Amino acid sequence: MSTDAATAPLERRSPWPLIWLGFLVAVVAIWLLRDPLIWLVKYPDKLEINLAKWIGIAAKWLVAHIQFLTRGLAAVLDMPLDTAIAVLAKGILAPNDAVIVPRVSWLGVIGAMTLTGYAYGGLRTAATVFLCFTYIAFFGQWNGAMLTLASVIVCVPIAVALGLGFGILAFRHPRLATWVVQPSLDLMQTMPSFAYLVPVLLLFGSGPVPALVATVIFASPPMVRATVLALRSVPEEVMDFGKMAGCSPQQKTWRIMIPSSRALLMVGVNQVIMMTLNMVIIASMIGAGGLGYDVLLALRQGDIGRGAVAGLAIVAIAISLDRISQAAAEHQARPFKSGDTFAHRHPYLIAGIGWLAVTTLISLFVPEFSDVPKSLTLTLGDSLNEIVKWININFFDLIEAIRTWLLLNVMNPVKQGLLMAPWIAILGGLVLAGYQLGGRRLALLVALLVAFILIAGQWEKAMISVYLCAISAVIAALIGIPIGAWASRSDWGNRVATIAVDTLQTLPTFVYLIPVVMLFRVGDVTAMIAIVSFAVTPAIRYTAHGLRNVSPQVVEAARAMGSTPRQILWRVQVPLALPEIMLGINQVILLSLSMLVITALVGTRDLGQEVYIALTKADPGRGIVAGLCVAFLGIVLDRLAAAGAKRARERLGLLDINAQH
Amino acid sequence: MGQGEAPMDAPSVAQELNGAGLRGVKLSCRNVWKLFGANADRKFDAADLTNLTAAELGARGQMAAVRDVTIDVREGEIFVLMGLSGSGKSTLLRCLSRLIEPSAGAVMFEGQNLLDANPAQLIDIRRHKMGMVFQHFALLPHLTVIDNVAFPLSLQKVGKSERQRRAREVLELVGLKGKELSFPRQLSGGQQQRVGIARSLAANPELWFLDEPFSALDPLIRREMQAELQRLQSVLKKTIVFVTHDFDEAIRLADRIAIMKDGAVVQLGTPEDLVLNPATDYVAEFTGDVDRAKVVSAARIMRPRSGGAVAGEVNARDKIVDIAPRVIGAGQAFVVRDGSRVVGEITPQSVLDILLERGTRR
Ligand SMILES: Nc1ncnc2c1ncn2[C@@H]1O[C@H](COP(=O)(O)OP(=O)(O)O)[C@@H](O)[C@H]1O
Ligand SMILES: [Mg+2]
Repeated sequence: MSTDAATAPLERRSPWPLIWLGFLVAVVAIWLLRDPLIWLVKYPDKLEINLAKWIGIAAKWLVAHIQFLTRGLAAVLDMPLDTAIAVLAKGILAPNDAVIVPRVSWLGVIGAMTLTGYAYGGLRTAATVFLCFTYIAFFGQWNGAMLTLASVIVCVPIAVALGLGFGILAFRHPRLATWVVQPSLDLMQTMPSFAYLVPVLLLFGSGPVPALVATVIFASPPMVRATVLALRSVPEEVMDFGKMAGCSPQQKTWRIMIPSSRALLMVGVNQVIMMTLNMVIIASMIGAGGLGYDVLLALRQGDIGRGAVAGLAIVAIAISLDRISQAAAEHQARPFKSGDTFAHRHPYLIAGIGWLAVTTLISLFVPEFSDVPKSLTLTLGDSLNEIVKWININFFDLIEAIRTWLLLNVMNPVKQGLLMAPWIAILGGLVLAGYQLGGRRLALLVALLVAFILIAGQWEKAMISVYLCAISAVIAALIGIPIGAWASRSDWGNRVATIAVDTLQTLPTFVYLIPVVMLFRVGDVTAMIAIVSFAVTPAIRYTAHGLRNVSPQVVEAARAMGSTPRQILWRVQVPLALPEIMLGINQVILLSLSMLVITALVGTRDLGQEVYIALTKADPGRGIVAGLCVAFLGIVLDRLAAAGAKRARERLGLLDINAQH
Repeated sequence: MGQGEAPMDAPSVAQELNGAGLRGVKLSCRNVWKLFGANADRKFDAADLTNLTAAELGARGQMAAVRDVTIDVREGEIFVLMGLSGSGKSTLLRCLSRLIEPSAGAVMFEGQNLLDANPAQLIDIRRHKMGMVFQHFALLPHLTVIDNVAFPLSLQKVGKSERQRRAREVLELVGLKGKELSFPRQLSGGQQQRVGIARSLAANPELWFLDEPFSALDPLIRREMQAELQRLQSVLKKTIVFVTHDFDEAIRLADRIAIMKDGAVVQLGTPEDLVLNPATDYVAEFTGDVDRAKVVSAARIMRPRSGGAVAGEVNARDKIVDIAPRVIGAGQAFVVRDGSRVVGEITPQSVLDILLERGTRR
C-alpha cells in the first residue's frame, strides 16, 4: 500500500494544481473531438453486461433450492407475530368472528405505556408518551397503530439479538470484522431500503412475515456496530479482572462485557427501534399492514390529508419509543433490599400489568373500553385536505412560479450538464480525486465501483441520481451550515437547534414526502425539497458541534488580539471547525442518497425509480443491480469526503475526532 | 558502588531476621521476556534473546517491555515492583498472572509451571488461588457493592446465602459495613478501591496481585490505604506482589523491592539494601531523598559484641529513627537483641552516621 500522495510533506510545492489543469485540458480536448471519440463520451452499449439477467437467473435458482428453508423460517416467525397481533390488535376470534379472547384495551395500553415512560424517564417522558398515544387513539389510528406496534415488538428483539450476535462475533474475530463484517455493514447501510425488499419478496413472497424479515435485515446493522463499539469500550482492567476472577469465555461475555457496556448497547437498541419505524411504510409495500399501509394507500389514492394523519401516528409511536428507550439507556437501577418481595422490586411492572388486565377485563362488558368510541374520535384528514386545497387555490401561481424557476434555472441545467458530460471525464475526475485524497487504494476502489455502474448499463440513471443528490446536498449544506453557525453562538440557540434536529431525526423518511407532495405535486422539485428537508440535519448538527468545540483558548487569544466577532468566526472558528463540517456534509450526502430512493415514489427517473419498478415487477436482478449502484455511489462519495476531512484534520493538527473515518 | 560492598556481615543477619531465608518460594519467574511489536505472539528461546540490545530488537520491529527478569516471591512477603511509568511493571505482573503470554521464560507457581497450565487449570488456579486489585478499581458498574464482592464466588457457583455471608465478612474487614447496597458510582475513590480489595479477597486467595492500587487516590487517602493494607496483611499473611511507581510507598510497604528500568530489574533487595547500597545511579536517584534513619534497622549497622560497657538494649528490627534519642543520649553502646539472642551491639557514632547521612552514601 502506498499513500505517498496523501502524506507528502506539505512544504513541497504540490503538483496537484498542474495535474488538475492537465486533466481539464484533456476533458476539453475530448469534448472538442467528440464526434470521432464518441465512445469516450457516451459509454458504448457493446461493453455493457446484462448483469440484471444473470443475477435474476441465479436468484431464481437459489429460490428454487432454498425455499424449504425460507418457508420454515417464515413459519417460525409467523408465531410470535400472530401472537403479538392477537394481543394488541385483533384478539383471538372463533371461526364465526366471535371474540374468544379480547385484545388488550386501548385504555390499558395508553396507561401501561405512560407508566413505562414514567418508570424510566419520569414525568416528562410520561407526558410525552401519554400525548402521543392519546393522539393515536383520538384521531382514529388505533387499529393501524397496534398492528404496527405488534410488528415492532417482534422485530426489535430479533434485530437486537442478531446484531448482538454478529457484533460479538466481529469483536472476537478482528480479522473477520475487517474483511467481512465491516464491508457488509457499509454496503448494507448505503444500500437503499427498497433494495432489500426485492430478494425478500422473491424468497418469502409477500405478507406480514416477509415485511418483518426485510425490516429485521434493515434494522440490525446499527446494532452490530453499536455492539462492537460497546464491547471495545470495556476498559482493559475490567477485562483483566474477568480473567483473574476465573471467568470462562462465556461468562466473560455475558456477565462482564455485555452488562458493563449496557449504556452503549442501549444506544444501539434505540437505533434499531428508529430504523424499524423508518421501515414501516416501505415494508408495507410487500404486505405489512398497519399505519404504513394506511399511509401508502392514502398516498396512492391522492388523499393526502389521511396519509398525513396516519404518518403523524407513526411519528407519535417513533417519538414515544425513542424517548422511552433513551430514558432506559440512562436509567440506573435502584438497589434492592434483601427482604424485598417481587412486588417491592418491580412496582411499575406490577401496576402496568394490573392496569392492562383490569381494563381488558372491563372491555368484555363495556365496549367503550375495547374500541375507541366513534363519538370521541376526531377527523383531521379532511380539514388538512381543505387547507391544502385552499393554499393551492390561493398560492398556485406563486408555488408554480417557484417550481418552474427552480426547474429551468437550477435543476435542468445541472441535469443536462451531467448527462452530456463524457463518462470518461467523470470517471477520471473521481479516480484522480481519490488518488489525491487517499492514495492508490482509494483510487482503485473508486475506479472499480464507478466501472461497475458503467458496465451494468446504469450510467444515465446514475447521473440523474447524482444530479438530484448533488443539488439537494448543496442546498442542504447552504441552509444547514448557517443555521448550525447561528445555533453555536448561544446556549439558547444550541438548545433550540438540538431539540429541532432530534425531532427531525425521529421522523421516518417517508413522512417528509407528505407535506411536499401536498404543495408541489410530484416531480423533481418535490423530490429535491423532500431530500433537502431530510438531509439538512447533519449539516446543522456537525456545524454547531464543530464551532462550539473550537478550543476556547484559541478564541480568547483571537479576541485578545482585537478581532471582531465576525473575524473570529471566519478567520478562526470556521477554519478550525472545517473538518467536522466536512464530516457533516458527508452525512448530508449519504442521507440524500437514502432519501433519493424513497422519492422514486414521486416520479423521478433515476436509480431509485429503477429499484421501485423492479419491486413492482418482482424482478430481483434489476432491483439488486440498481440497489448496488446506489450503494456504490454512496460508498464512493462517502470515502472521498471522509478522506478529504481526514486530510484537512491532519493539516490543522487536530485530533482524530472520529476514529472510524 | 557495587551491591556486595555492604559493611560487615550485617545483611545476611538482616535477611535472616526478615525470615526471608526461612520461607518457601511461592511464585517465581525465570528469564521472563515479553516482546511487543512484530511476532509478539510467538514463543522465543530466552537464550536467543539475551544478547540482543534494544536497538537490535527495534530493527526487528520489536520492543522488550520485560527483559530477562528472574525473581522469587516468597511465601507471606510483600514483594514490590517499583519503576517509572513505562518501565514494564504492569507487563511483568501480567506475565506473572499469565494475563498475557510471556515471549520467553518460565513462571513457576507453587512448583508448577504456570505456562503449562491448560485453560481449565488456569481458570481453576485463578478462581481459588489468585486475587488482583487494579489501579482504576475495575468494578462492575451494574452491580451493587455486595454483588461486586460476591461476583468471583458466583462464578464458582457458590450458593447465594453463602456468598452473601462471605461478601459481608470481607466488606466488614475493609471497613465498608453499611455500604453493601450502594452502587460503585455512589462511592468515593478510596471506598471504591476498598471494594476492589474486598472483591479480590472474597475467594480467599493465597497470592495477591496489586497493580498501582493507590495511584489514582489523593495523597491523604493513599496514606490511609497503605496503613490499611499493612493492617490487613498483619492479619491475613498473604503472598503479595505490589506494583507502584512511588518509591516512598514501596519503602513503606515492602519486604523486598525490585527496581525496574526499561523492562529489566536493575536491583532487587530489601528497602535497607537499596537505600544503603544503590546499585546504579538510576537507583540512587530514588533513594537519594529518602530519610535513611526511617529505613535502616539496628541489625544493619551493628557490629559484633566487643564486650565493652553497654547502656541498654535495642531490638534488632528497630529503626534507627526510633532508637536514636536513647542511644545518642546515653552516649554508650547498646546491645542488639533478636528475641532472646544477643546478636551484636551498636554505637552512638554509627547511629549518628546514619542520621547525618555519612559514610554509607554513594
Ligand atoms: N499491549 C501492548 N502493546 C504494545 N506495547 C505495550 C503494550 N502494553 C505495554 N506496552 C509497552 O510496554 C512498556 C511497558 O508498559 P507497562 O508494563 O504498562 O509499564 P508500567 O506499568 O511500568 O507503567 C511501555 O513502553 C508500553 O508502551
Ligand atoms: Mg502500569
